[in-house]
Amino acid sequence: LGHDIHFHDKKIALLEAGPRKEYDHMPDSYSNRVSSISPGSATLLSSCGAWDHVCSLRLKPFRRMQVWDACSEAMIVFEKDDLDDMGYIVENDVIMSALTKQLDAVADRVEVFYRSKAVGYTWPLSSHSCDTSPWVQVELADGRRLQTKLLIGADGHNSMVRKEAEIKNIEHHYDQSAVVATLHLSEATDNNVAWQRFLPTGPIALLPLSDTASSLVWSTSHDHASELVAMDEESFVDSINSAFWSNINHSDFIDTAGAMFRSVISLLKPSGTAVRQLPPSVAKVDPESRAMFPLGMGHATEYVQHRVALIGDAAHRVHPLAGQGVNLGFGDVACLAHHLSAAAFNGSDLGSLKHLLKFETERQRHNVSLIAATDVLKRLYSTTLAPLVLLRTWGLQATNALPPVKVRI
Amino acid sequence: QLSLFRFTVKRPFSTSHSSVDSKEIKKFQLLAHKWWDEEGEYAALHSMNDIRVPFIRDTLLSMSSNYHLGNPLSGIKILDVGCGGGLLSEPLGRLGASVTGIDPVEDNIRTADQHKSFDPVLAKRIQYKSSSLEEIVEESMETFDVIVASEVVEHVADLETFIKCCSQVIKPEGSLFITTINKTELSYVLGIVVAEKIMGIVPEGTHEWEKFVPPEELERLLESNGFSVKTVSGMLYNPLLGSWSWVESTSLNYAVHAVKAGAQSHTTDTPPETDIQQHSATAGTA
Repeated sequence: LGHDIHFHDKKIALLEAGPRKEYDHMPDSYSNRVSSISPGSATLLSSCGAWDHVCSLRLKPFRRMQVWDACSEAMIVFEKDDLDDMGYIVENDVIMSALTKQLDAVADRVEVFYRSKAVGYTWPLSSHSCDTSPWVQVELADGRRLQTKLLIGADGHNSMVRKEAEIKNIEHHYDQSAVVATLHLSEATDNNVAWQRFLPTGPIALLPLSDTASSLVWSTSHDHASELVAMDEESFVDSINSAFWSNINHSDFIDTAGAMFRSVISLLKPSGTAVRQLPPSVAKVDPESRAMFPLGMGHATEYVQHRVALIGDAAHRVHPLAGQGVNLGFGDVACLAHHLSAAAFNGSDLGSLKHLLKFETERQRHNVSLIAATDVLKRLYSTTLAPLVLLRTWGLQATNALPPVKVRI
Repeated sequence: QLSLFRFTVKRPFSTSHSSVDSKEIKKFQLLAHKWWDEEGEYAALHSMNDIRVPFIRDTLLSMSSNYHLGNPLSGIKILDVGCGGGLLSEPLGRLGASVTGIDPVEDNIRTADQHKSFDPVLAKRIQYKSSSLEEIVEESMETFDVIVASEVVEHVADLETFIKCCSQVIKPEGSLFITTINKTELSYVLGIVVAEKIMGIVPEGTHEWEKFVPPEELERLLESNGFSVKTVSGMLYNPLLGSWSWVESTSLNYAVHAVKAGAQSHTTDTPPETDIQQHSATAGTA
């Protein structure tokens, strides 16, 4: 927003609980928190000039995504026909640093309060002819008070803004935690494929960082996750490799049924089956890079209220299996910025519900289907029951063969 | 003309030289505190901002060559006649203009003043005054770049006087923006029967069909008082969506943009031939 031309004489304050993060040059080791950035999100970042900084720091584009089942041979491959990148794996710190640089560029309009925390909010009363200020009052931990026409809550899935605004949140804790780590591959390769395998305990994903390194995101039960984080490095590496390579969960029945379906497809649609590539094998893990965090799903019943808007995880939280969490957030940002820019150009009061509701409708329409689909996928793939495995096997194979469906995904 | 300023709104009778109708004042006094309820009685006026603000903004932008980022109307002095609670003054102020809002109903001005007081930027950019148009003529000759009279001319007692006063306070080549309601059978049925009595879109009794102004008459009065009409556009309100849009037909609501003649001519009753000459003169500078 600070870079928007219609916001030239507006004032924006950003409250950030963490310290300032800026890199002039990258540290040698990779951070274990990475995100898969979609091309749409990259466009948003480049519209405010941050993408250039990301490119000059560190990122890994990938061209192909292979997703397959541990219980069958079914597999789906996403690939762009034109040689464009499908997406980018970027460390979260890199994005933060790029954004910090761009925030500095508009420091006259955007004031960033690092290491600050809001401890209280006073909401405007809905009556329109009262004597108290109709703006939102924010009280900071250090005692300072700010007042604003529009409060945007981007404070994550435990959003205090959302709670204080009394917006109900539908939430569900998955019995899963995600284990992240930075891995080194056995041999250097053209590492431009993202791999994900659905195990009964949860999906394991390998995201490329460089020709020799990849980032791990392994969603599994809380107990298994704790074990993985605690075990010695060699055993950890072995677990990863066997997760990707072993076929113990296959059953002959499913395999035959799957093979049959595949031959049917190759009759009807010759190009519908793809060649299965083999994921790289892992040699070692970066010490200190293992961590885990619990997973859940959440969706706020409202994204907006008078003078309040929620974006990102504060509004919705998804399972990492689709790699979409941060992209949904960026989508929210692009949409809200668009509506606020138009409102500013019309001289409207920025906190007015009229344009905030347009933002909410647009994003809810887009987000709800994706969040629901991700949740369904997570549950569908959490089982070894034959009928469901068969269903998802055939479903996956069919989806792999149908370009229109794949493009939508 | 200049003797009109002595008549204030406190007089219970209206003279034929004043543009303010005291019956109208009483109507609006009752609803003075309802202006800023976006879903209340004035909801339709709130949503009218979605088309009238861009109309004013874009017209003015196309006529000027400098553009201040973030403040497209910066440096422009606007008079909002019949500003009510300030519904239109505030967005214009936010876009950078210096706005003077006048309204004969004191309670309206009080509401407007209070509402703008919470915004430090607007408090400086907008000034409100409880006054009729005639009363400010003497001290504001040729002061304003733009006059906006939105949903006002259907409430004035004497339209020609009103327009003459506009001409006096506006600078040469200044812009006049008017939105109002046409006097047609359709506007009686939809504008009064449906809007007021059936659907309650407009508070009952707000409008009198007799005072509606057909665009042809408005144009005639404008052209014969030194203005050149540039644009006439129809407007339509969709009660289901609560939103306004531009339409071809002016049989219900419409908006007019007119420009006062340049400094070459001060006479108000110019014959048609010189009107054409002025058209091309102003066209050259637009």
